[in-house]
Amino acid sequence: MEFTLKTFIFYGFALITIASAFAVVTVRNIVHAAFALMVTLFGVAGLYVFLQADFLAATQVIVYVGGILVLILFGVMMTSGRLEMRIHIERGQLLLGGGISLALLMLLITVIANTPGWKNRTDDGTLLPPTTERIGELILKEKFLLPFEVVSVLLLVALIGAALISRKEVRD
Amino acid sequence: MSLQHYLVISSILFTLGIFAVLTRRNAISILMGIELILNSCNLNFAAFSRFVIPLEEVEGKIIQNIDGQIIAIFGIVLAAAEAAVFLAIILAIYREFGSIRPDEVDTLKG
Repeated sequence: MEFTLKTFIFYGFALITIASAFAVVTVRNIVHAAFALMVTLFGVAGLYVFLQADFLAATQVIVYVGGILVLILFGVMMTSGRLEMRIHIERGQLLLGGGISLALLMLLITVIANTPGWKNRTDDGTLLPPTTERIGELILKEKFLLPFEVVSVLLLVALIGAALISRKEVRD
Repeated sequence: MSLQHYLVISSILFTLGIFAVLTRRNAISILMGIELILNSCNLNFAAFSRFVIPLEEVEGKIIQNIDGQIIAIFGIVLAAAEAAVFLAIILAIYREFGSIRPDEVDTLKG
């Protein structure tokens, strides 16, 4: 694979994503961790762009960065007093968790490197058509209509449930 | 950029998420770990849908199978619902216990 500007940018996005994800799990201050998570989510959106998944990249930015991250920051501000902002980690757990995670990573990378059907599938630079129109057709009139309706109901249930759980209890 | 590049990136994200869930002692940090795991999962779906299913060409136009991307969109929706319910539960726990450290919430422990 020749080293072009495209691959350079791809590796840049990959590096940003992984480095900021590493910051999410190691930084002691929870607000800093939330902002590192924002960078990770943007990095993943960039990788979606490289996969030519334009709608998915836009959804990632709108829903994750605009929605879930704001929700997480609200959660931090409503529950963390001055003392809780710093995350406490125990040494034994750090070693055990790090060992398990590293072993898992080794396993996954071995599987990825050795599965025959996954080798030599490179991006040959074909420009694909935009996906938004096709996604609309698949969701609203073809095979994903039923899952779409089920997910809508699930969102409604989650909305009502979240409002019910988080409100103050009224005693009579 | 090959399929394996994307798979390695997403497995690193997945492992970091697992690491956060295992070691962090703050419910919101655990939620961040779960978000990393879900992101790695969605990235996998998108990458497989791009590279594993061959492109078809009908009447000079390239047609791509994007089922994987739609599953990833559903994944994002589920992550949003999960985050909302998770934070509602955290708020309720904070009101009850005055803390969101998961090891202090042990009323059901025998």
